[in-house]
Amino acid sequence: MATQSSAAMNFEPGRSPSVTIPQVDPTAFYDAKGEHHPEGSTMLGFWLYLMSDCLIFAALFATYAVVGRNYAAGPSPKDLFDLPLVALNTSMLLFSSITYGFAMLEMEKGDLSRVQIWLAITGLFGLAFVGLELYEFHHLIHEGATPQRSAFLSAFFTLVGTHGLHVSLGIVWLVTLMAQVHKRGLVPENKRRLLCLSMFWHFLDVIWIGVFTFVYLMGVLQ
Amino acid sequence: MSAASKAGHDDHGHGHGHADGGSHGTFKDYMTGFVLSVILTAIPFILVMGNVLGNDRITGIVIMGFAVAQIVVHMIYFLHMNTKSEGGWTILALIFTLTLVIITLAGSLWVMYHLNTNMMPQHMHMG
Repeated sequence: MATQSSAAMNFEPGRSPSVTIPQVDPTAFYDAKGEHHPEGSTMLGFWLYLMSDCLIFAALFATYAVVGRNYAAGPSPKDLFDLPLVALNTSMLLFSSITYGFAMLEMEKGDLSRVQIWLAITGLFGLAFVGLELYEFHHLIHEGATPQRSAFLSAFFTLVGTHGLHVSLGIVWLVTLMAQVHKRGLVPENKRRLLCLSMFWHFLDVIWIGVFTFVYLMGVLQ
Repeated sequence: MSAASKAGHDDHGHGHGHADGGSHGTFKDYMTGFVLSVILTAIPFILVMGNVLGNDRITGIVIMGFAVAQIVVHMIYFLHMNTKSEGGWTILALIFTLTLVIITLAGSLWVMYHLNTNMMPQHMHMG
């Protein structure tokens, strides 16, 4: 009876149901066999966020696919894109993916200083990626290939720029987590956060595969 | 009882998280993924920069194939996707998202192609 009355209290206004529901029936949420850990729901929720982010990129890719050949008598991808630079950029992101993986492996072992070192290396590769991209953008704009020049360039800057913005914010997040890990160590909360950033970081690498194939390589082919 | 079992989970942290195959990989996994990614990235760049195949259309289809293969490699070795993680919900969310992505891409191209064809006084040459 006591549990029923507390369940009834859940629906009082101003009272958060999520606080009291676990007291009512914890086995409904946690696998009694121990096959799930509490962080599991966070990881699934973050995965759903990544999937919704994926839809943003799908819309941007679709926009680029539709208007990507409308040059308005301006420069085409063949005139603009510098493939060796893109290859270098791609390798930076790929290296940052594997170094983040190493940070995760050290996290499993509980080696705090090595986690920090690998995270720092990952951040540097990320910065190199963003730096190269900014250099490319600066070069294009300097040549007159601005976002305003043609529909192709608008779509290009939006798609590649959104990806670059994601990587930049990922670096901010990375630095924040390095500070948190430095201050509080590899507590479960920080491990969970590092795993979320791990998914975010690898996800951005997946998006970049689409960008370098669809935008840069296929663009030069036309 | 419930508090104790929950605290027990927290103490374990990720120590036994391998059971659900969530977000963990081994050194071998990461290295396999990395080597495969390098190969699957290098080949498309070589094909395009060296014009190896000599035919833009075939090269385009081939590098799209490489991109799909590399995305699968990343999903398996870096994001540790499998059909069992989170009780199958991650893979279900992924399949749903891929369906929407395909509809968005194919639908946009299809509709806009026909719009171009029908709105222009004469046929635009595509490409």
